[in-house]
Amino acid sequence: MPEARRRSPLAPARSFQVVRAVFLTLLTGFVVLPVYVMITSSLKPLKDVAGAFHWIPSGLTVRPYADIWHTVPLAKYFVNSLIVAGSATAASVVIAVFAAYAVSRYHFRGKRLFTVTVLSTQMFPGILFLLPLFLIFVNVGNATGIALYGSRAGLILAYLTFSLPFSIWMLIGYFDSVPRDLDEAATVDGCGPLGALFRVVVPAAVPGIVAVAVYSFMTAWGEVLFASVMTNQQTRTLAVGLQGYSTQNDVYWNQIMAASLVVSVPVVAGFLLLQRYLVAGLTAGAVK
Amino acid sequence: MTSATAGRVRRTTARVRRTGRLRRTALPYLLLLPALLMELLIHLIPMVMGILMSFRQLTQFVIRHWSRAPWTGFDNYSLAVDVNAPVGADLLRSFLTTCQFTLLSVGLCWLIGTSAAVFMQDTFRGRGVLRALFLVPYALPVYAAVITWGFMFQRDNGLVNHVLHDQLGMSGEHTFWLLGDNSFWALLIVSVWKGWPFAFLIVMAALQNIPKELYEAAALDGAGTWQQIRRITLPSIGPVNQVLVLVLFLWTFNDFNTPFVLFGKSAPQAADLISIHIYQASFVTWNFGTGSAMSVLLLLFLLLVTALYLLVTSRGRSKADA
Repeated sequence: MPEARRRSPLAPARSFQVVRAVFLTLLTGFVVLPVYVMITSSLKPLKDVAGAFHWIPSGLTVRPYADIWHTVPLAKYFVNSLIVAGSATAASVVIAVFAAYAVSRYHFRGKRLFTVTVLSTQMFPGILFLLPLFLIFVNVGNATGIALYGSRAGLILAYLTFSLPFSIWMLIGYFDSVPRDLDEAATVDGCGPLGALFRVVVPAAVPGIVAVAVYSFMTAWGEVLFASVMTNQQTRTLAVGLQGYSTQNDVYWNQIMAASLVVSVPVVAGFLLLQRYLVAGLTAGAVK
Repeated sequence: MTSATAGRVRRTTARVRRTGRLRRTALPYLLLLPALLMELLIHLIPMVMGILMSFRQLTQFVIRHWSRAPWTGFDNYSLAVDVNAPVGADLLRSFLTTCQFTLLSVGLCWLIGTSAAVFMQDTFRGRGVLRALFLVPYALPVYAAVITWGFMFQRDNGLVNHVLHDQLGMSGEHTFWLLGDNSFWALLIVSVWKGWPFAFLIVMAALQNIPKELYEAAALDGAGTWQQIRRITLPSIGPVNQVLVLVLFLWTFNDFNTPFVLFGKSAPQAADLISIHIYQASFVTWNFGTGSAMSVLLLLFLLLVTALYLLVTSRGRSKADA
């Protein structure tokens, strides 16, 4: 067995194994704790989550899963989140593919300025852009009648503030790792530069593009700051909508937990399916 | 090669040469155009506006015609940095809280993430499952995760008080976790829970690049597991760690989502991070001008820290190379 032979000189020391077991057990407990609370509480009747906490639910019910759709218009928020996060992701990936290709394959005046600007905007706090964007949207609305403030389009634009620089930066790193000879050969074979981009570079960089898309989508799906200032009743996303389960009299904790679980499952499942790409993308883009 | 193909190749190369010059100069800019337009719209214009706004007296009454608001020079800035007046004193307190919080959170995220990555470097039964499990906090939408923690920290029906008081019998009274001084620790726990998997991901990726032969050679030379970790693993991930720590620092320092979901529009003093503080100055007390000045100061601070950090780490690296 080559596997066993290769590992034998590396077999970890006993003390290492003990520390590892203790550490990983504690860490697993820490990680799983909220997930356990989320799942069990979502199956409890309201009087059970209103009183003292119990590890084991006294009675199981799936009522919260039916109720969450009526207490707040969760389906509408879901659609809004899907549209906003999906569009922001698509827009930033498409724009970033062109920009990253230019930076990775061409020398031009202002290239350094461009990359430095993109890199530095990544560190800017969202709060810095919130107020000016809010005012731009309001003023554009007053001047032209185009409602950006409160609209999904406005929120999509706002989300580009964090997803676009990240996408450009990661894709530059990823495109750099695609051998230049490939697209040069394609150009010689009669492909235009765009042909080389779409027939050679993009297919070769699929893992990086998927990684960027997954990351952008997840960040947009979980964003709270812009969503809470720039949406209205109609365009509210899940991030804001989930606050609707607390009324003045009652906090429907079982429904909050059920709704949290429902909005988490698609992204967590998608992430775990695509995490290989994300790890590969992070290695190529961020680590190098 | 037939003469027909040779002719086609010649014609193609001639065409490439003819249009090459123009392409080389104009094409990159055309490719960049969408990105440049967007950068202008979402970053540059808002930033210039933010800086201009910080010199004006902006309240909710004039906000819709912000460019006509009275110009007040550096008044907003002197208000923000005057530590003897309430606004400046609060900002300083919030800033110091954020620094303390960021140092602790980044330190713990790095420590837990690196340890987990090192412990899971070689294969053992259940490694794949654990790895997927450890990425769950990273994948969960921020608000879903933080709301759940908020539920766990509830005074009367939360898990934390149930365990600490009802089960372990530590002090008779239930503790407030989301009010008062304890809120700092509640926020820190949530932040670390959410943040460490990113460090884990990055360090794990870096560990994959260490050649196995290094460990084999060390093992043959009689180095134990712990020695290998100290002499091979940790030094090898040094450069990655520098990027990682900077990214974690910026994310934690700027984090708005976690405290906002945990505490709402105004956080308790002990957990009043700078993002929430600026948000409150702008959108709760409606001092947009002061809020903008605070944002600009925050940005200057972050630029300074990043520049210093890059300077120190790149100097360290070039010294190591020499």
